[in-house]
Amino acid sequence: MKHILGFFELTGKYFLLLRKAFARPQNRRIFWENYVRELDDIGLKTVGMILFINFFIGGVVTIQTALNLENPLLDRSLIGFAAKQSVILEFSPTLSSVILAGIVGSYIASTIGTMRITEQIDVLDVMGVNSANHLILPKIAATLSFYPFLIILSMFMGIFGGWAAGQVTDLVSTADYLEGIRMDFEPFHFVYSMVKTLVFAFLIATIPSFFGYYVRGGALEVGRASTKAVIWTSIMIVLWNYIITQLLLS
Amino acid sequence: MIEVKNLRKAFGGQEVLKGISAVFEKGKTNMIIGQSGSGKTVFLKSMLGLITPDQGEISFDGRVWSALDDKQRAQIRREIGVVFQGNALFDSYNIEENVSFPLRMFTDKPPAEIRDRVNEVLEQVGLPGINRKFPSEISGGQQKRVAIARAIVMYPKYLFADEPNSGLDPKTAIRIDDLLYELTKHYDTTTIVNTHDMNSIMEIGEHIILLKNGIKAWEGAKEDIFHSDNADLNDFIFSSELFRKVKDMVQKLGGGL
Repeated sequence: MKHILGFFELTGKYFLLLRKAFARPQNRRIFWENYVRELDDIGLKTVGMILFINFFIGGVVTIQTALNLENPLLDRSLIGFAAKQSVILEFSPTLSSVILAGIVGSYIASTIGTMRITEQIDVLDVMGVNSANHLILPKIAATLSFYPFLIILSMFMGIFGGWAAGQVTDLVSTADYLEGIRMDFEPFHFVYSMVKTLVFAFLIATIPSFFGYYVRGGALEVGRASTKAVIWTSIMIVLWNYIITQLLLS
Repeated sequence: MIEVKNLRKAFGGQEVLKGISAVFEKGKTNMIIGQSGSGKTVFLKSMLGLITPDQGEISFDGRVWSALDDKQRAQIRREIGVVFQGNALFDSYNIEENVSFPLRMFTDKPPAEIRDRVNEVLEQVGLPGINRKFPSEISGGQQKRVAIARAIVMYPKYLFADEPNSGLDPKTAIRIDDLLYELTKHYDTTTIVNTHDMNSIMEIGEHIILLKNGIKAWEGAKEDIFHSDNADLNDFIFSSELFRKVKDMVQKLGGGL
C-alpha cells in the first residue's frame, strides 16, 4: 500500500514539474543557447555510439535469420526483409532508446542533481528564474528535435550492417538482400516507429530531469538518482512500447 | 530594510523557527550567528523565499512578501543578490557568462554594455581579466568573489550571504568579509550574512542576531559583545580559550572594539 501511494505521489510530482517546465521561456536568447548546448551534449555526442550499436545489430539479425532459414523453398530475399522489419519496427527505435536512456538519462539526472545539491538551482530560484523551465525545456526540445533524425540514421546503419554481415559471411547476396529491403514496404511502419521515437525522446528527457531535480543530500544521492532515472526511463520505454504497438499496429 | 515578524517554521512536527522577529537595516552588515542546527539557514532561506514559513511576515521596504502577487515577487527577486556557501556558480558557464547571467536574463542591455558591467564588478571584487576561465579553473576564494560579483551585478538592494567564509583560509576569509562590508557601503544594500565565523563577526558585525534552538537569544553590535552578560552569547562566542582571554583583556582595559 505504502509503495502504491509512493508511486502516485511521485507521478503527481512528475506532472507538476512538467507543468512548471512547460512555460514560455523567460528569455528566448538564453533558451536558444541552452537548446544548442543540449543538442551537442545529449544529441551529437550519442551519434557514434548509437550508429555503432545499430550497425552490429543489423549484422546479427541478418546472420541469425540466414542461419534459421534453411528451407530451400523460402526465398533468400526474406533475410533482407526480416532485417529491415526488425530494424525499423523495433531495434532502431526501442533498443536505441533504451541505450539512450542509459547514456543520456544518467547524464541528465546527474547534472541536474549536482546543480541541486550545489545550490545552483536555488540561485536560479532566488533570482526569479523558473528553474524547471530553464533547465528541462531545452532538454525536451533537444531530444524531441534530434532523436527522430538519429533514429532514422540508425535505421540506415542497421540495414547497412545487415548487408555488410551478409557479404562478409557470404550468407546472402547483395541482390537478394536489396530485394528483401524493397519487399512489402509499409510506410505506416515508419510512422509508427517515429511516433515511438518521439514518445521515448520525451521520456528520456523528462524522467531523469525529474529524478535529478528533486535530489536531496550529497554525491551518493545523486548517484542513486541517476540509477533510478535509468531504471524508470527504461521501464517506461518498454511499457510505452507495448502500449503504442497495441494502439497502432494491432 | 528587511523586517521579519514572528517567523515560525516546522519540519515534520519539529519546530525549527519559533517566532523570530528582527529588523535588518539598510547600509549595514547584519549578521545571523548561531551554532549548527540553530535555525540560521532555515531563517535565511525563508527570507530568500526558498522556504515557505508556517507563520509570520517578511517585508522588503514595506512590501509584505506573502501579500504580493507573482509579478511583484519577481520584482523583489531581481533586487536580491545572494552568495551561497558553496558559491553555486554554473559549471558549464565561464566566469563572464556566470556574472552576466542575471543581466542577460532580465535586461535588454546590449552585449557591450553587459561586458562593461561584468568587467566593472570583476574589478570591484579584485578579479579583473578572468572572464574566459571556468569555475573549475579558479581557487575557492576566487570562486567566492565571482559569486559576490554575480550577486552585485544587478545593483541589488538586498545582499544575502550564507557562510561566505566556509572552507577559506583566514586571510582570504578576511578579504571576503572586507569585500562584503565595502560593497554594503558602496551599494547601500541591506546585507544579511549567515555565519558562525568569529573573525567575521568581530570584523564586520554591525548588527548581530544570535539564534539558539530557533529563537532569538541575543541582539546587538560587535561592540556590545564583550560587555554582554547574556549566557547564550557568552557560551557561543567565548567557547574557545583564545576568545575568553581576549574578553578578559578587553574588560581589564575597560574598553571595547
